[in-house]
Amino acid sequence: MDKDKQLQIYYEMVLIRRVEERGAELYQAGKIGGFMHLYIGQEAVSTGLIAARKPQDRVITAYRDHGVALNCGISANEVMAELLGKVTGTSKGKGGSMHMADTTKNMWGGHAIVGGHLPIAAGFALGDQYAGNDNVTICMFGDGATNIGYFHEALNLSKVWNLPVLWVCENNLYGMGTAVDRASAVSEIRQKAEGYGMGNERVDGMDVLKVFAAAHRTIEAVRSEKRPYLLEVVTYRYRGHSMGDPERYRKPEEVHKYQENDPIGIFRKALIKKKVAAEAELNTLDDKVDEDVKKAVEFAEASPEPSLEDLYKDIYAE
Amino acid sequence: MAKITMREAISQALSEEMDRDPAVFILGEEVGVWGGTYAVTKGFYDKYGAERVKDTPIAENAIIGAAIGAAMVGQRPIAELMTINFAFSAMDYIVNQAPKLRYMFGGQFKLPLVIRAVGGGGRQLGATHSHTPDAIFAHFPGLKVVSPGTPADAKGLLKSAIRSDDPILFIEHATMYQVRGEVPDGEYFIPIGQSIVQREGKDVTVVTYSKGLELTMKAADELAKEGIQIEVVDLRTLRPLDMGPVLESFKKTNRAVVVEEGWKSYGVGSEIAARLYEQAFDYADAPILRVAQKEVPLPYNRTLEQAALPQVEDVIAAVKEVMK
Repeated sequence: MDKDKQLQIYYEMVLIRRVEERGAELYQAGKIGGFMHLYIGQEAVSTGLIAARKPQDRVITAYRDHGVALNCGISANEVMAELLGKVTGTSKGKGGSMHMADTTKNMWGGHAIVGGHLPIAAGFALGDQYAGNDNVTICMFGDGATNIGYFHEALNLSKVWNLPVLWVCENNLYGMGTAVDRASAVSEIRQKAEGYGMGNERVDGMDVLKVFAAAHRTIEAVRSEKRPYLLEVVTYRYRGHSMGDPERYRKPEEVHKYQENDPIGIFRKALIKKKVAAEAELNTLDDKVDEDVKKAVEFAEASPEPSLEDLYKDIYAE
Repeated sequence: MAKITMREAISQALSEEMDRDPAVFILGEEVGVWGGTYAVTKGFYDKYGAERVKDTPIAENAIIGAAIGAAMVGQRPIAELMTINFAFSAMDYIVNQAPKLRYMFGGQFKLPLVIRAVGGGGRQLGATHSHTPDAIFAHFPGLKVVSPGTPADAKGLLKSAIRSDDPILFIEHATMYQVRGEVPDGEYFIPIGQSIVQREGKDVTVVTYSKGLELTMKAADELAKEGIQIEVVDLRTLRPLDMGPVLESFKKTNRAVVVEEGWKSYGVGSEIAARLYEQAFDYADAPILRVAQKEVPLPYNRTLEQAALPQVEDVIAAVKEVMK
């Protein structure tokens, strides 16, 4: 991977973290409503994954979607504006934190019903297969989504019809506050693909280069072999499930242990150690992120609210 | 103009639209090799092939969910639910996804989806297979709900639905596939969201749709023998609801009965009556009555089942009641 791409990956991971840290402050200040689920700790997953796609490949994810939106090329301005419910947001202020999308960038949404977007992802792949193109659909979901029927119906259908979809389970060890082994019959989620005769593997989700390598290989395998595949990416979220999480299900020591293995820290050290970039160069990128986030907040704050007429817009196409 | 069955009319609409637009395809349980459990897609598999007439696993979430996804990326799927009772298995997609996605993402894409579902009671299938739950689906903004009562309307409405860029639930009544009627040949459309007067009369307005239309037309013939002329308004589309012809008729007759096959509570009749009271209260000369299914799960036993379903006699009695 060339230097520019590695620095872009670094920039995106830091951007996700800073946008969300700022978002958390704005949430506490009452400027962001509803549910908000932070991606902090998991940045290497979507960053590595989406860096490996072609622009034609469709991405769809669950409600923990800010990072995915940024990785797909949606600007921090639009993400922040959506969080603040402004008309300049990705979904014109009608979706909020859990429903970010820009189909022109092949980011097909944040979806908030657990597992509900998996059959829809199968439908994207079906549409592309029907059209005869070679797009791949990349469908991300949490470990918790693999216990609901949607997951099983979607995986089965994708295998029966050989749909070009990469199923990506982000296993962050908890479905809300319930540990994986308290909710799932198998703690290695990839095993579930075996029941559908589907290729699968498990990868370390704290190392963005490992995620990228696995993603690149599996996306291209789905494309060339024209069949689905399941990639389990093991990761960890540092913050609560959502902003209102008392975190009674895990000890602070456990979180600290994973924070020592921070995906941004690992990658930063690696870039310096392998002499891809000097520390000063990375510091400059950090400053750029700070500036971009500051501007994004200013943009969002200054943006107009949707008008009351917008209430009735876009319910139907005709 | 040919006289054909409801089944033939629906089948014609499907094949004409598939011939016209390669983006249109069908998916569902037993739609292909079997030919459709109600034989609506008989011969389609041989004519259009497995790619365009897709047999699915028995997995309603996957069927409707995948149809939604394919529609979002530019295809025009027609998903068939073998019976509307299985819609409950896919409820999230029908009421919580299809009607919301366009709005929730600020209108970024269209969702040209038709879900065909076969509903209705009266075939001794027991409680879980006999629903007429149309009103539930009509509750949700973002979904359009269509249910024809004649072969001509079935063809014209289905062709409009397939060409529409919005998600549409198209409900067919299982006991009406053999109903025959005149249907214009070739290109023929009925717009979504237009009620129509199916029979003119001066004494009582009877508002109905689908199976209710069949009962009401029979009741109209009986009542005419006694000199009572009812005006029959067929809703055809439950959402968006066109109250125009209903209000016009009610302002003329000043009396109304609503006939539906679903349960009375929170039903189509409740909605129509409420709107008439809200919009034309001063025109009412009698309380508006609702003829509907008894508030029980439908039993298997034929006598009990028929006792629970609305009958022609119930329509006649209600009309006479509002004329007192």
